[in-house]
Amino acid sequence: MEKKYGVYICKGCSIGASIDIEKLGNTAAKETKIPVDIVKSHDILCSPEGIELIKSDIKSGTNTLILAACSPRVKYEEFDFPGTITERVNIRELVAWSQQPNTEDSQMLATDYLKMGIIRTQKGDLPEPNILPDLSSAILVVGGGIAGLTAALEAANAGYQVVLVEKEAELGGWAAKLYKETPREYPYESLIEPTIFGKIKEAESNSNIKIFKSAVVEKTDGQPGLLDVTIKTSSGSEIIRVGSIIMAAGWKPYDANKLGYLGYGKPNVITSVQMEEMAKRGKIIRPSDGKEAKKVAFIQCAGSRDPNHLPYCSAFCCGTSLKQAKYVREKNSDAVAMIFYKDIRTPGQSELFYKNMQNDPGVLLTKGDVTGVSDAGNGSLYVEAENTLMGEKIKVEADLVVLAIGVVPNTRAPQEYLDGLTEAGKKGDAAKATYLEGTPKPDFILNLTYKQGPELPSVEGYYGFADSNFICFQYETRRTGIYAAGCVKQPMNMSEAQLDAAGTALKAIQCVEHTAKGIAVHPRAWDTTFPDPFMNKCTSCKRCTEECPFGAIDEDAKGTPFYKINRCRRCGTCMGACPERIVSFKDYSVDMIGSMIKSVEVPEEGFRFIVLACENDAYPALDSAAINRKQLNPSVRIVPVRCLGSTNLVWVADAFSRGIDGLVLLGCKYGENYQCHFVKGSELANYRFSKVQETLNKLQLEAERCQLLQVAISEYDKLPDMINDFVKKIEDIGPNPFKGF
Amino acid sequence: MSDGKSILVIGGGMSGLTAAIEAAEAGNSAVIVEKSPFLGGRVSQLNKYFPKLCPPNCGLEINFKRIKNSADITSYTLAEVENISGDEGNYDVTVKLKPRYVNDKCVGCNACYEACPVEMPNEFNFGLNNTRAAYIPHNQAFPFKYVIDDRFCKGAACKKCAEACKYDAIHLDMKPETVKLKVSAIVMATGWELYDTSKLDILGGGKIKNVITNMQMERLASPNGPTAGKILRPSDGKEVKNIAFVQCAGSRDENHLAYCSYICCMASLKQVTYIRDQYPDSKARVFYIDIRTPGTRYEQFYWKIKEDPNVTLTKGKVAKITEDAATGDVVLVAEDILAGKKITEKYDMVVLAAGMVPSTKASKIPADIKYTDDGFVLPSSLKKGLYAVGTVKSPLDVAKSVQDATGAAVKGIQSARRSK
Repeated sequence: MEKKYGVYICKGCSIGASIDIEKLGNTAAKETKIPVDIVKSHDILCSPEGIELIKSDIKSGTNTLILAACSPRVKYEEFDFPGTITERVNIRELVAWSQQPNTEDSQMLATDYLKMGIIRTQKGDLPEPNILPDLSSAILVVGGGIAGLTAALEAANAGYQVVLVEKEAELGGWAAKLYKETPREYPYESLIEPTIFGKIKEAESNSNIKIFKSAVVEKTDGQPGLLDVTIKTSSGSEIIRVGSIIMAAGWKPYDANKLGYLGYGKPNVITSVQMEEMAKRGKIIRPSDGKEAKKVAFIQCAGSRDPNHLPYCSAFCCGTSLKQAKYVREKNSDAVAMIFYKDIRTPGQSELFYKNMQNDPGVLLTKGDVTGVSDAGNGSLYVEAENTLMGEKIKVEADLVVLAIGVVPNTRAPQEYLDGLTEAGKKGDAAKATYLEGTPKPDFILNLTYKQGPELPSVEGYYGFADSNFICFQYETRRTGIYAAGCVKQPMNMSEAQLDAAGTALKAIQCVEHTAKGIAVHPRAWDTTFPDPFMNKCTSCKRCTEECPFGAIDEDAKGTPFYKINRCRRCGTCMGACPERIVSFKDYSVDMIGSMIKSVEVPEEGFRFIVLACENDAYPALDSAAINRKQLNPSVRIVPVRCLGSTNLVWVADAFSRGIDGLVLLGCKYGENYQCHFVKGSELANYRFSKVQETLNKLQLEAERCQLLQVAISEYDKLPDMINDFVKKIEDIGPNPFKGF
Repeated sequence: MSDGKSILVIGGGMSGLTAAIEAAEAGNSAVIVEKSPFLGGRVSQLNKYFPKLCPPNCGLEINFKRIKNSADITSYTLAEVENISGDEGNYDVTVKLKPRYVNDKCVGCNACYEACPVEMPNEFNFGLNNTRAAYIPHNQAFPFKYVIDDRFCKGAACKKCAEACKYDAIHLDMKPETVKLKVSAIVMATGWELYDTSKLDILGGGKIKNVITNMQMERLASPNGPTAGKILRPSDGKEVKNIAFVQCAGSRDENHLAYCSYICCMASLKQVTYIRDQYPDSKARVFYIDIRTPGTRYEQFYWKIKEDPNVTLTKGKVAKITEDAATGDVVLVAEDILAGKKITEKYDMVVLAAGMVPSTKASKIPADIKYTDDGFVLPSSLKKGLYAVGTVKSPLDVAKSVQDATGAAVKGIQSARRSK
């Protein structure tokens, strides 16, 4: 696009009263070599008259707009000019509202911001989406239990082709093994006949759903829209192309053999899964002699909430045991059910089911920690518990004990295997070979051909669950277009699994729709830009392949990286990682930000600082500080970046060689409970910059001149002081000795 | 929104925002109708999310950015659905827009607030401080547009705000408007209200100054709250060094709310960290019936709190809460069930973990919908094209509301496509 520039400066919101507008326009134009006559100002740029001024210029060919006014976070509807490059220069919040008015400092600050804005447009271009050919909009669902079936039906009913792969010979998973289901609607009284068989029938008769039973995914190759999935069945392998994937691979009960202390192994101690099978067969009996069980004890948290077994709550066992207590009571009104619990967890309205069960005199609930199950003769058992109400120890006889067994996601075994492999790999090739030889390989679920590994990675500390790290974005995933549903994600009950599965259907649909338009998926779901590397200069150092948080970059046989662009989330981590600086987006590049930094005027006297601020949290926090009229340090220039992960080390050189005295990276909190929506942007930036600090030392520049500060969006009140403290520290050290060179 | 394929989302809180945005990003247009002057709902009042202790404004910022970048989402604030008729694929909806008295020319400069002489209780802060009749609900509000509360504004008799506005943004003669929409499906995400703790007489709710609700605690701890994030007790602004949390304040009680409100255990454990982080020498005690922290991360969070020697978790019912008039301290009598004894203790402040009441308990959605006795929508009673999400259906946390709302988006899209 041949650019025709227009610079518009707003005088409203006290901008005009704080800054010499004419001088601002003249200086910025001169220094960026644009004609001064294209600089216009308006009293209220966002007013209909102001907008009309811009629109009439657009009519006569202006296509590159620099609007020096308020923050880009506001007035986005007014300043929306499709088909143009529009750059918002924030001189309201970052100057007029946060600086002493009409000072040399605030004038220089506004000038630097306007210059940077102009340079940004000079270095950028209008993006065009990258749409790959032969895309599929079909959705693969792995797992045919309640979650998988729900996801498949929801996607199919929205008009999408679905491929459903189930490893067992029949669909239904655990739900098909239940005698009855826990009530899930008001008034929470009666048990429900299994609903799964209706779903199976519906799926089997839905023409949009193609079902593979006794089948596994042998290989998943490609990228969203172009995922070639090899499905292996008894009759051979078949390759099917899909656009996105829902992983509903389900769970296993915790290995009851590890619960010997709760009596497992004794004939009359069974798990809750075995209890379902028994109830389905008919009477509740003692396996040892086939006699009807009259006193049935349920032990909650069998394995769960136990640091030696499962250090988490399996979420549905309380509901399950209450339901099974009802089996006991319904099948034999003389029988009693005794439930030993730590806490009864029936959150929400399911509390009403608990209340209903409490009203049954044949259901006894005892709080306590079960310490053991021992023989009482004739196949009967003693359940012993301590820490009961009133602090007593108790010993109760039962003729059947049911262990409310916990949940282990089917992602856990592959995750542990792969973690072990990574660890072994760190010790060298020999250790890796030994590991591969000596460790039984568990069933993998997706078998991705991705360089970063064959499965959806679990977040550290999630015990193998493929959960999202975000409260507010439950379908955040580190493998674009692959979404986890049901107990593979979190322990959850059947009705929760269905809600969750419907959500994954929507996300899988979004992914294929966005891929078809060449747009990113969450969190930059509007972005049509993409990384476009200049491969001639690539040295195959592989930093991009390693650092990409989404595994979007693979390597060819020679080890040269290449993008699977539909996996890319446009965070720019590769751009930050690349030592050759060859990765660029149309509207965001190393050269662009570098040029902006270099355009900052460094006075001979006094200090200058650059703050590279994460767009999502740090920048809005700065805005909020200004909205509260908190003063920002006038020697600091804020440069927004997509993510700190995109910060390239050369910007440090750009800054310090120009005489900038200090550089701050302002980004999200990292580590455990990281807040970066691109997983580890600020952490990677910190790692990279710890390296640069060594270089600074060699240049006789103090390492402190470059620092990463972690800030949350809510900490706007602390932010000005955080920056001031940094400025103060550098002022104490003294000016950059390279100043003036 | 004349294509008739839109999904109407009633309620612009976390569930409603999610349903609308997710539907729009899947290619279906959506309309949000929100009764308050801003989007974000209850979560915008929270200081931190459990268990990550991250600020809700972070995710809201992304969601607002998604709205800004989408051509397929229309949102109305100060808006209420007045009438719904029709069937799936063809719903006619009447929406009433209350006057904001501030138009789109508002730049957010704060001049009207500075000029306004009328003080009123700050609802966003649950009355913990005052704001003025010309105000912005909070400093990260979206849209960032001021509003005039006509329950307090003196109107044309005063006009100080209109005179102060340089942008012709204030028109005190604005009238209510009516908008008619044609939509394919309706997602009800009207959320919840806090249980009125003044009904909890023996717990001193609404009467004793230093007995506050869990939502008030969120505001006290928020940097954009009434005390700029400093946790100070209401009666005298004293630092809170010794605090008690009373779980199930109203919930799991046949005389109040028979159900469990789902979030209060995690919310109180989270709020324990607010106090413990702010005042290292502080002590906190939680009185509970059962600690309900289901799943992996909630349970792990509970374990972490239990490790803190300054935190005591006591299974027991609180029998009575009174005020020590001389000091403003709060005297609490409870039964420690595991120890089998009665305890009486004095605290700087007590937080009632008040329950969740569906907004539909008080104001019903104008359509043929069945409710439980507690006011929750009965999902199985809904006719085609009507969907209930989040806490209007059952008490729920944010994470599961987001899952539910994302799923509702796919159902809305099915309705739109069925009606083609």
